[in-house]
Amino acid sequence: MKTVIIKYNAGNIRSLQFALERLGVNGIVTDDHEEIRSADKVIFPGVGEASTAMQYLKERNLDKVIADLKQPVLGICLGMQLLCRYSEENDTPCIGVFDVDVKKFQSPVENLLKIPQIGWNNIANLHSVLFEHVPENSYMYFVHSYYAALGADTVAITNYVINYSASLQKDNFYAVQFHPEKSAEAGARIIQNFLNI
Amino acid sequence: MLTKRIIPCLDIKDGRTVKGINFENIRDAGDPVELGALYAAQGADELVFLDITATNERRKTLAELVTDIARHINIPFTVGGGISSVADVSVLLQSGADKISVNTSAFRNPELIDQLSREFGSQCIVLAIDTRFEDGDWYVYLNGGRVKTDIKAFDWAKEAVNRGAGEILLTSMNNDGTKKGFALDITGQLAQQLNVPVIASGGAGNMEHFQEVFEVAQADAALAASIFHYKEIEIPALKTFLYNNGVNIRF
Repeated sequence: MKTVIIKYNAGNIRSLQFALERLGVNGIVTDDHEEIRSADKVIFPGVGEASTAMQYLKERNLDKVIADLKQPVLGICLGMQLLCRYSEENDTPCIGVFDVDVKKFQSPVENLLKIPQIGWNNIANLHSVLFEHVPENSYMYFVHSYYAALGADTVAITNYVINYSASLQKDNFYAVQFHPEKSAEAGARIIQNFLNI
Repeated sequence: MLTKRIIPCLDIKDGRTVKGINFENIRDAGDPVELGALYAAQGADELVFLDITATNERRKTLAELVTDIARHINIPFTVGGGISSVADVSVLLQSGADKISVNTSAFRNPELIDQLSREFGSQCIVLAIDTRFEDGDWYVYLNGGRVKTDIKAFDWAKEAVNRGAGEILLTSMNNDGTKKGFALDITGQLAQQLNVPVIASGGAGNMEHFQEVFEVAQADAALAASIFHYKEIEIPALKTFLYNNGVNIRF
């Protein structure tokens, strides 16, 4: 099985590579279109800012390559947000696989809500193969200031003042807002479930 | 709901953990990777590795250690100690650290925080502050608590957040080592008036102290070292205690 991690200007992929390694899988880091198209599994990671990341992807036509993939794709964190329709982060049109928008957390009262959300939060209403053997309300590690709203593709919900999409799924596209590679055993289970698809 | 975090801190010198550590159930308690993995398995929410080595070889050794930690540990971790440039941070993040912490270097050169947050994002920039209460207020101390400044901890924390620090790790020198509890007043002031998470450090002696710093001061996380290393408090028991007392933790 060939597992590819898309290389672009967003993120720290070392942890993801190591998480795959702990599951006995070698993640190939590449931005080569053919390498990506020929993979069995594609992971689209990301920590960073939406507009710069989208611009980088567009310049290399990677946005089209990603949108046309037919094998299972897993978006993580910014990777998930970029698979949505649009992000409020610097007014950025995104790849548009998922029919939802990405918005910034708003504190209802000043300083009530710390932004970014940093830490462990629980995921609920789990309904995707990604969450097989993952109990309801399992805790995952989140670091983000923007969130994907709820929509038809939502397959897990988290609450941070409001309910939002912790995970999205549509056809062969899977995505999680949290970092499964940093979410202890439960996170490793999710990565394994993705690899098993 | 976002949980409160429990963070063991490991001091590292020449790639080894320091402070006498008495774990019988691991082969080598001086091995930061093995000790970190044990804490992760016990339910620690994050780890902090503080490098106290003072040699020129430090950076290379530290980067190798960070890679080794990232390879084996499946929870987030922060690396601090002697970091003073964008290049230092770049190496550590590329080696697999999730966050880095800066202290004296950022105070001496506050622009560093702006540079780091622009380059890598606020979410991975932790500002560590050592503070002591004297003459009616909490003042910033530098160089591991050896150098006094006339700047108040709250003012410096606020400036650092405006410059892009994503978290504050606040150590009260008055409380550190006393085992009489965290400094609730200054921790509370920062936790409630800044819009970034505050990690309380210094003074933990029993489980009630953790409950207090979460409930009274509203700290977002609590850090401790020797009480965990000497097994005066074990993380599973601490988490059970907090859970049973209604504190929202990952359990």
